[in-house]
Amino acid sequence: MTTGRTENPIDETHSCEVIVTNEQGLHARPADLVAREAQRWESRIEFIGKSQRVDGKSILDLLTLAAEEGTHLVVEATGPDAREALDAIGNLFNKKFASNESSTITNTEKTQQERHVSGSSARINTATCESVAERNTNS
Amino acid sequence: MKFSDFVSVEAIRPSIVADSKEGVIREMTQSLVDAEKIATSEMDSIVKAIMKREDLGSTGIGRGVAVPHTKHPSVSRLVGTVAISERGVDFESLDGEPVQLFFLLVSPPDRPGDHLRALENISRQLRDDAFCKTLKEAGGPQEVWRLLEDADAQSIAS
Repeated sequence: MTTGRTENPIDETHSCEVIVTNEQGLHARPADLVAREAQRWESRIEFIGKSQRVDGKSILDLLTLAAEEGTHLVVEATGPDAREALDAIGNLFNKKFASNESSTITNTEKTQQERHVSGSSARINTATCESVAERNTNS
Repeated sequence: MKFSDFVSVEAIRPSIVADSKEGVIREMTQSLVDAEKIATSEMDSIVKAIMKREDLGSTGIGRGVAVPHTKHPSVSRLVGTVAISERGVDFESLDGEPVQLFFLLVSPPDRPGDHLRALENISRQLRDDAFCKTLKEAGGPQEVWRLLEDADAQSIAS
């Protein structure tokens, strides 16, 4: 599935590998967080599992991955903000989707937290989420 | 994991009357009590746990579908049921749309994989607009069950 965005031939595709490290896997709440994060970026974002490629901006699609703890997934982003998008998404996985599920932080606090994290993401992710750039040769 | 692995046919409610989030959750949990899938004494505790999960973020995942759920130590295997609201219920969904199709899941805390595979099946089937539409229009529990069985059979074949 695509986001319907018309691809620009100079758009770069970046990809990185993420690992699901929380005990409960990529269940509804983390899938919601990942889809929301993906929706913040203009780039097309796709997750590639064992046998399927799904839209990272769709919670339904992400849930079809049934990604348990320890699952490796490839995230591919294509667009003007591909690298930044991957950094932000890699971060969510690195911090186990901030899965402090017993806490009840407000939406505003959460948004601020996410902003803060995405601001510092480049530094964190250079070590954990190596992104590989390739020139999109599609015409 | 197929629908028939976790949906109790006796607990299917094709025309729920509740018109609030908690009302729907209570009615569906009661249906699992009536089907003897969960103990009467655990009902309040399960409703409370599902509502607590909703507080973290609605399980109304869009397209008129919600998947209220919780883990609960009183069940030894994943149990679930399906309910349909003709009018739709405000579930504070991610897309703001009222919810007509509900899949409620109660899973044992030590089986996260089963929960994921149930969500996987529900999500995969619900991406099919035709399936959602026929399910919403189903007349009785047996018709809902037949649609779920058909979906199971198709997912095995594909």
